[in-house]
Amino acid sequence: MDQLETLESQSIFILREAYRSFKNLVMLWSIGKDSTVLLWLARKAFFGHAPIPLMHIDTSYKIPEMIEYRDRFAREWKLNLIVGQNVEALKAKQTFPDGNATRLQCCGRLKSEALKHTLSGEWPRKVLNHETGQYDVVEGGEPFTGVIVGARADEEGSRSKERYFSPRDQHSEWDVGEQPPELWNQFKTDFAPGTHVRIHPLLDWTELNIWEYIERENIPIIGLYFDRGEGTRYRSLGCFPCTSPVESTAKNVSEIVEELRSGKFSNIAERSGRAQDKEDFSGLETLRRDGYM
Amino acid sequence: MNKPAREQMNIVVIGHVDHGKSTVIGRLMADTQSLPEGKLEQVKARCARDARPFEYAFLLDALKDEQAQGITIDSARCFFRSAKREYIIIDAPGHIEFLRNMISGAARAEAALLIIDAKEGVQENSRRHGYLLSMLGIRQVAVCINKMDLADYSQDVFESIRDEYRAFLQQIGVEALDFIPLSAREGDNIVANSERMPWYTGPTTLDIVDSFTKEQDTIEKPFRFPVQDIYKFTESGDDRRIVAGRIETGSINVGDEVVFLPSEKRSQIASIEGFNVPVQTRAFAGQSTGFTLTEQVYINPGELMCKTSDAPAQTGTHLAVNIFWMNRQPMIYNKKYKIKLAGARMPVWLREVVNVLDASELTTNSNRQQIERHDVAECVLETLKPIAFDLSTEIAQTGRFVIIDNYEIAGGGVVLKAVESATNRVTERVQQREQRWQRSTITPDVRSTRYNQRSTLVLICGPVHTGKENLAKALEEDLFQSGRYVYYLGLSNSSLSMDVAESGQRDEYIRRLGEVSHLFTDAGLILIATISDLDDYELETINTLNQPSDFRIINVGPNRFGRANVDLQLDELNDIPAAVGQIKKLLTTQRYLIEYYL
Repeated sequence: MDQLETLESQSIFILREAYRSFKNLVMLWSIGKDSTVLLWLARKAFFGHAPIPLMHIDTSYKIPEMIEYRDRFAREWKLNLIVGQNVEALKAKQTFPDGNATRLQCCGRLKSEALKHTLSGEWPRKVLNHETGQYDVVEGGEPFTGVIVGARADEEGSRSKERYFSPRDQHSEWDVGEQPPELWNQFKTDFAPGTHVRIHPLLDWTELNIWEYIERENIPIIGLYFDRGEGTRYRSLGCFPCTSPVESTAKNVSEIVEELRSGKFSNIAERSGRAQDKEDFSGLETLRRDGYM
Repeated sequence: MNKPAREQMNIVVIGHVDHGKSTVIGRLMADTQSLPEGKLEQVKARCARDARPFEYAFLLDALKDEQAQGITIDSARCFFRSAKREYIIIDAPGHIEFLRNMISGAARAEAALLIIDAKEGVQENSRRHGYLLSMLGIRQVAVCINKMDLADYSQDVFESIRDEYRAFLQQIGVEALDFIPLSAREGDNIVANSERMPWYTGPTTLDIVDSFTKEQDTIEKPFRFPVQDIYKFTESGDDRRIVAGRIETGSINVGDEVVFLPSEKRSQIASIEGFNVPVQTRAFAGQSTGFTLTEQVYINPGELMCKTSDAPAQTGTHLAVNIFWMNRQPMIYNKKYKIKLAGARMPVWLREVVNVLDASELTTNSNRQQIERHDVAECVLETLKPIAFDLSTEIAQTGRFVIIDNYEIAGGGVVLKAVESATNRVTERVQQREQRWQRSTITPDVRSTRYNQRSTLVLICGPVHTGKENLAKALEEDLFQSGRYVYYLGLSNSSLSMDVAESGQRDEYIRRLGEVSHLFTDAGLILIATISDLDDYELETINTLNQPSDFRIINVGPNRFGRANVDLQLDELNDIPAAVGQIKKLLTTQRYLIEYYL
């Protein structure tokens, strides 16, 4: 088996272990390339079906094209899609674009807080209704105990320490020093009441692997990643106030693969376009301990 | 344009704390230009700002905790590529407190670099890690004698450490591929031979890493497919019933005959399933795939699918194993743990500690009654039901397991051999009970004559929601009205029948049913009980506990027993009075309900 086949097989194995072990399982879908590959791998694992619900945390500052793309494929692939949002913070304008928070505080409110309370079911969830094509608001949902996330170890230092199955306590906190052992593909699938487990099927993938796989499988990916004549493209997707496009003329998947393999991005970190990482050297790690994805 | 597909290999770097594992990796990455642009400068600038000398290890120790303590807490992955292939390098912590993190890192690896400090020499964890590597099944090990700059690049120092450690490895049956003298800090013998050690002409660290080989023979081994799950997405309009999992060893073709262990049910491969792939007729080791079968057999996730033309896996309840224990609480007798072996998950008990090894000193102690943290122990385990396995020396993938204690992976181990045991937990329990039991002077025959019946346990089995309880109540009423001594045990097991294999309480329910049934049948009654999804082994347990009385099985719905003899099969329950009539007829012909013709 070549590298992509090895990675694919391991990710499918992890997804199936998760599906077997957790009754209330959810997969986070950021609309970006990684979690879209994850969704594709789930369809591989379950032979064309997507039996695990997907959750998108909508900060309301996402690039509009991302929401269009999300809704289109949710309908096409008949996905069980749940959307969560920190409505209170948005109403009170406690955000960075409103000038009332630092970038990191803003991430904490619109992403970490929204995620935590939508996962637990304390905050209402918007659920896509395939009959009406609209979102229904559902209150008092059951907490999710298994959360599948598309984090990759090569993204930055703290992610390289993750396990495939990584426990979080009641406060969604991550204890780096006290992680459970993980042996021979036997993962932590038993968990105490009140705790939940983050599952990382893409941990061993690099950014290049992701694009090579998108190319091999011909996965439909959002157009923001490609240069559409302006000489720029997004390398990583986030909220528009904090994510800037990079200069690149890569117009399709194979040009991106080439650019990463031997071209201008072959040794420049992917998140270099994300402003919140630069505020504090350990910014992302602090966020992760606190439940950020 | 597609480049030829490249190979990937996982390598772990291990050794005693502070012997320079992270530095070796940092240097390897820096000298092969595998670092992101600006990363080296960023870390150097940060060191300058904090007024600390730069170290290559800081590149990896990206977490705050680690930089504060200067030791690796968890195993981190780094990505690195040589001209030959792609690597994931795992930096495993050397501190004893973080042994389980070292093990997690090492268990992912196909080969290992073991680092020893030239100045400190062979230390406790140099030995312990070496031993654990062999237990984890990592056969390719190269030893780096690091910090040669602190030992004046002395050939004598190198050779004396090499000889000492080589002797240790020989005792545990491991042979290192090579010993390399290096200074990671100064970059000696990392990617190029060092002028400061002209006496060394062997391979560099990079040469050694590139010389590790992938395990080649997994495809040649007997076919092993742990069943991860059985999927049927009927609600999405898909009628395929797919047995899903990953092939650990061997290969299989459409049309091959298969046997599931331990149930011994047989079928044949009808198709190999996949999404967004061309139709396949052959599948092989390493693939996560799925199969449909020509004949539908009832099996549970966790069984091991083998090919009938290959040597089968073994099955049994008693296993002699080597375990290493990572939990603060020791592993003790009479406590229920959970074993996870390939796809199987099952209650397990520690039955015998044969001896305990100090993996650092290689001394054994055969008088221990429990297994402490960081011990390596040879012991005997007993599983609740038979489990399918291989000897770890033959097929590693299905010959190793982990033990769960209180939600945590607490230990890991390898299967040494199957153990034939005359007794098990249930028979021992019955022996103890019989020794203490004061039997009355009224014999079963006397009771039978008085009650005009022979006592027995009538077990109404079958899948959930088949109306078993209604049948049981109707049967009780009918027998009671006709003057029999009968009792329906209306203790619902429906809440326990979910997750049959994994529920922690199912085995306790079975035990209680067996014990209660023994009381009723000993008292001369006919006891009626219902139970969903009963399997052959659970029936065996109930039978053992219920002795000397016996049982009759009425099965409603699909019959999922493999071996047990069903006395009366009812496909559906449309007519309860008729079903009651059939059961009464059975009990009469088999002389449980005695009729006197004067």
